[in-house]
Amino acid sequence: MGMTMTQKILAAHAGSELVKAGQLIQADLDLVVGNDITTPIAIKEFSKIGVDKVFDRGKVAIVPDHFAPNKDIKAAEQCKMIREFSREKEIKNYFEVGEMGIEHVLIPEKGLVVSGDVVIGADSHTCTYGALGAFATGVGSTDMAAGMATGKCWFKVPAALKFVLNGRPSEFVSGKDVILFIIGMIGVDGARYKSMEFVGEGLLHLSMDSRFTIANMAVEAGGKNGIFLVDEKTLEYVKSHSMKPCKVFEPDEDTVYDEIYEIDLSYIRPTVAFPHSPENAKPIDEVGDIQIDQAVIGSCTNGRMEDLRMAARILKGKRVGKDVRLIIIPGTQSIYLKALEEGLIRTFIQAGAVVSTPTCGPCLGGHMGVLAKGERAVSTTNRNFVGRMGHPESEVYLASPAVTAASAVTGRITDPEEISD
Amino acid sequence: MKVKGTVFKYGDNIDTDVIIPARYLNTSDPKELAKHCMEDIEPAFVEKVKPGDIIVANKNFGCGSSREHAPIAIKACGVSCVIASTFARIFYRNAINIGIPTLECEEASKNIEQGDELEVDFRTGIIHNLTKNQTYKVQPFPEFMQEIIKAGGLINYIKKNMTRV
Repeated sequence: MGMTMTQKILAAHAGSELVKAGQLIQADLDLVVGNDITTPIAIKEFSKIGVDKVFDRGKVAIVPDHFAPNKDIKAAEQCKMIREFSREKEIKNYFEVGEMGIEHVLIPEKGLVVSGDVVIGADSHTCTYGALGAFATGVGSTDMAAGMATGKCWFKVPAALKFVLNGRPSEFVSGKDVILFIIGMIGVDGARYKSMEFVGEGLLHLSMDSRFTIANMAVEAGGKNGIFLVDEKTLEYVKSHSMKPCKVFEPDEDTVYDEIYEIDLSYIRPTVAFPHSPENAKPIDEVGDIQIDQAVIGSCTNGRMEDLRMAARILKGKRVGKDVRLIIIPGTQSIYLKALEEGLIRTFIQAGAVVSTPTCGPCLGGHMGVLAKGERAVSTTNRNFVGRMGHPESEVYLASPAVTAASAVTGRITDPEEISD
Repeated sequence: MKVKGTVFKYGDNIDTDVIIPARYLNTSDPKELAKHCMEDIEPAFVEKVKPGDIIVANKNFGCGSSREHAPIAIKACGVSCVIASTFARIFYRNAINIGIPTLECEEASKNIEQGDELEVDFRTGIIHNLTKNQTYKVQPFPEFMQEIIKAGGLINYIKKNMTRV
């Protein structure tokens, strides 16, 4: 019986010809990732194992991004701990403030993942790298420690859901709308323990940035991983960012999937996930009148060039609503610089938005835009559970950069078409 | 091995943000984390919970973040095990890795209610609801996971297997 893309990658890394869903395997790792809130626990657990070195200094990446630049003394201590560990173990891919970015935007940019890789990260949105045709999944700190020590990780081989994407998304519809639509359709456990495999001619109309967004939120449907079929766009990205050799795995013709979904991208509307779940998705036409206090454009979900360009397009020549705080966070230094060169930062500031150095910040209610009781935000981030962005009695609506930017102007959740020129 | 305790019952999709809000993730100290367990869904949980008590929930328990702080906070409160009809995969994996038993049992989650007294026997896989006089049977863990649990978590398992080599 045929294997999925995910199964083929896992088989190759487990030294097997064939793997089946449900089978337990141990796979060799190409990369182990951690951040400033998950690596401290990993360091403590690593020290208990009793090995002196990490398995491969070039295959561990540590990025302070959640509460960095240091949000308070405790966060500073955590960042110090991971810095010292990285120094001591001579970790090649430790990114200090000044070079760091949001990990899941930074790591593909730095060419640390290529098609065919197996990656674990102590962060649930590690699944982002599936856009490159890699197997990438989130794990906890103990698995990160074990991975750093041994270079291996155990997995239960997942079955898969296939998403055949056809058609062309309309002007203001992007990856975020596609994935919110999907999570709304299948629920926050619709892909539990499964791979979400994305194929179809619609891929021609999805940029790499949109694909990163879609793969990023596979975990929000319960997915073990999200993965895109590798095409010219993928290879162009990989080859222009990385020297690492890559391998392309295509699904077999006779592969059996648990479910196959055919999705016409041209039918997808700008989509908004209402509090307090990413599955609470509605098309913009059914949103009604939702007044907002804050808008956030950034995060590992939507902090890339395409996202900032779309936001600038909507905001150019306009002003952020008087009672709205618009916070824009480029995902990496390189993106920030490019946005500066393209005049996007000027557009943002002239519109009345604020622009921050790369950080996860408000996405998890950490810093750089926390919500008070009763406040409401629309955000390009990835979760809106109770208390996610601040007070337990605040609300977060998830949306695309286009919707978020448009909403910042009007002060209520808005269809970008309504205000675009 | 057996545990006995009072049930704290929750619903579907109990996510990692309510188990331990991200604003507390600037520490990894279990005692600190324990003080804020379930804070945004039940502020009184940390006052009421006693060692041995059991969390029971419906589907997709632990969904959201990969933060190991979530099962750590639960364990540090003295919770002896978590029973749910289904678990989110990263939480389940983390819980086993740090040695807090997580049992998937739909029948149990459907029938058990807040305040029930339970006795759980991990060897036999039987959950005994003392309040309702009902029993529920849990699927045994795959052998590989049983090894991890027997060793007391992933790190111990690795140490054991490393020295053997």
